Amino acid sequence: MDDSQIYARLAEIFEDVFDEDSIELTPDLSAKDVDGWDSLTHIRLILMIEKIFKIKFSTSEISKLENVGDLVALIKERV
Amino acid sequence: MACARALHFSLKETKDVNLSMNPLYAELQWLPRVPKEFSERLKDLGNSTGHVGRELQALALYALDLNQLTKMAKVIVKARSEGRSLNPLTPFRLAMLSNSTVDLIVPGLVASAARHGIALEVIQPSYDQVAQEALTPDSRVNSSKPDAVLFALDYRALPLQLSLGDDTTAAATVQGVIGYLQALRNGIKTNSHAICIFQTFAPPSETLFGSLDRALPGTLRSILDSINRELTELVLASGDVLLDVAGLAETVGLAEWHDPQLWNMAKFSFSDQLIPLYADHVARTVAAIRGKSRKVLILDLDNTVWGGVIGDDGLDGIKVAQGDAQGEAHLAVQRLALDLRQRGIVLAVASKNIDEVAREPFEKHPEMLLKLDHIAVFQANWNDKATNIQAIAAELSLGLDAMVFLDDNPVERGLVRTLLPQVAVPELPDEPAYYARTLAAGGYFEAVAFASEDLKRAGFYQDNAKRAELQKQVGGLDAYLASLDMTITFQPFDATGRARNVQLINKSNQYNLTTRRYTDAEVAEAENDPEVFTLQVRLADIFGDNGMISVVICRPGEPGVWDIDTWLMSCRVLGRKVEHMVLREILEHARAAGIQKLTGVYRPTDRNKLVVDHYARLGFAKLVEEESGLTRWERLVAGADPESAPMKAVSQGFAIAKEKSVA
Repeated sequence: MDDSQIYARLAEIFEDVFDEDSIELTPDLSAKDVDGWDSLTHIRLILMIEKIFKIKFSTSEISKLENVGDLVALIKERV
Repeated sequence: MACARALHFSLKETKDVNLSMNPLYAELQWLPRVPKEFSERLKDLGNSTGHVGRELQALALYALDLNQLTKMAKVIVKARSEGRSLNPLTPFRLAMLSNSTVDLIVPGLVASAARHGIALEVIQPSYDQVAQEALTPDSRVNSSKPDAVLFALDYRALPLQLSLGDDTTAAATVQGVIGYLQALRNGIKTNSHAICIFQTFAPPSETLFGSLDRALPGTLRSILDSINRELTELVLASGDVLLDVAGLAETVGLAEWHDPQLWNMAKFSFSDQLIPLYADHVARTVAAIRGKSRKVLILDLDNTVWGGVIGDDGLDGIKVAQGDAQGEAHLAVQRLALDLRQRGIVLAVASKNIDEVAREPFEKHPEMLLKLDHIAVFQANWNDKATNIQAIAAELSLGLDAMVFLDDNPVERGLVRTLLPQVAVPELPDEPAYYARTLAAGGYFEAVAFASEDLKRAGFYQDNAKRAELQKQVGGLDAYLASLDMTITFQPFDATGRARNVQLINKSNQYNLTTRRYTDAEVAEAENDPEVFTLQVRLADIFGDNGMISVVICRPGEPGVWDIDTWLMSCRVLGRKVEHMVLREILEHARAAGIQKLTGVYRPTDRNKLVVDHYARLGFAKLVEEESGLTRWERLVAGADPESAPMKAVSQGFAIAKEKSVA
């Protein structure tokens, strides 16, 4: 799966979790840029990504995530 | 080639992380799959300005995942905040006290409650404020006057310490925990009078010794076993409500239930994948508190009660014997139906068959567990199933929302869901071995208490169906009533009858003038208040004792007036002129108490049209009719009593006992 495919599926997941279709996913995008991206929403996002991509992240991987770029890189390692 | 590719994929998939649990429970497989247009329909609903309750319930009936539940909850919360009506959903305020993160669970509860006919509002205080909220009189929970408080506690909330092999210390630990839970309960009971819902504690899957953990005093598993046992005894004795989370966790597996990573990261006390299951269990418990549990199981026959088609395969061809794998699957369905009947669920049959052919296995097949005696209404003909289910409901005088319909045929299930959306129709897997488990997993008959009257109920309704037949034969109603040789017994409320009174007050929907629900404690209060006149009514006839069938509460109004706060009756004694006899009894006591006037009110719900003319039929004069359909009535105590009905009347337990007989 290449980056653009991952971004496309992530966009759907973001839309679902935030109930908002106007979030533009860029590698630099991070929690402080998006309304409602608090720690709980973050957990929902991670759980949803794990479910859709059928992968599981470790606690340390999750805690190191800084932005969407990190997330895409992490997913790419697994799928 | 296709095979090779399939193999390749399946090999690849085994390397993936397997997130799937037993799908029956984790994915609520007794519910139909979510249709593609779900999001669209939900969106339309969010923008609609009309009554949204019914459509919300219809959408909630699908097997929604956590995300879909969350979206639906948003629509519900928004509709409520805009002041839109959620009728016909029944409002319920639930406070949730927890030591874990419940933010993802709360929306799940709200949406799952709609599935069970409840418009749920959840009061969620700050994280881990259990004792403060319960014990402080003006805490957020206590001051919000919830209908019930759910103690959603995990074992990690408890002051537990290991005391390996030391049963004295272990017992002290257990008593400490029980004392803590009791203190929480007393706090809520004193400060807000809400119903308390306690959860049993799911033990962690890790053991210390291994199997010995279960046996040795002072291990975590052994301590939690004792706490759960004592907690359940406490709940049974106090009239509180139990949510058996330990049982739920066992059902799906403790290792699936607990997710240490999620606990560490976000303090989730169980796996996020099981939130829809947990939420449905909370919702069915709340629905049971509000009397919404179902009462009747309607069975299809061919390929449901037995394997094969009786009309084609004949008595020797159908599979229903021990020792035959398929036969045993269908016998398991029969066993479950029979056990349900034993706890008071009424059984009926709806089958497309020639009547006598359909009856043959019940009469002649030696391996059949179900006999004709067990079936209250037997509808075998060539009408469609919806028509037959309506006939069954009419015969039993019960609403369609009391019915569960079990059928292996997806076409029949679809037809009934479309034409009669109030009937619960579980999805069934292709394999009959899982039919019984799937039916049980649906929790349609959830009960929060068990009164000895429940034991007899299936028989009552069955006798009722017999009475209906007799009525057809006898012709004249009065002649029929006289032939029943009825005895009606009046008593004031007492401790012995309280469980049943509470049950009637909370379950009766149709013959219920005001549909006011009261807790055990509130009924006890009425019982002990000398200003309040209460009646509990029993009826016996040639078919047996119907048990407690009617409840009346009159409260003092203006001087010289009794206001009828509650008047309800079990529908199984409909058309017997019981209400006439009850009024005669009320009038007699009113007269003795120097009361001049009775006032009453009819508060319409979507279930009690039956009694819209109740007071008119009993000679009350209408005072007011409000736009909502609510009507107010009054009747002078002086003057002619209503006509007596042909039954013997007995009064017991009042200041003046009497016994009189009317021809």
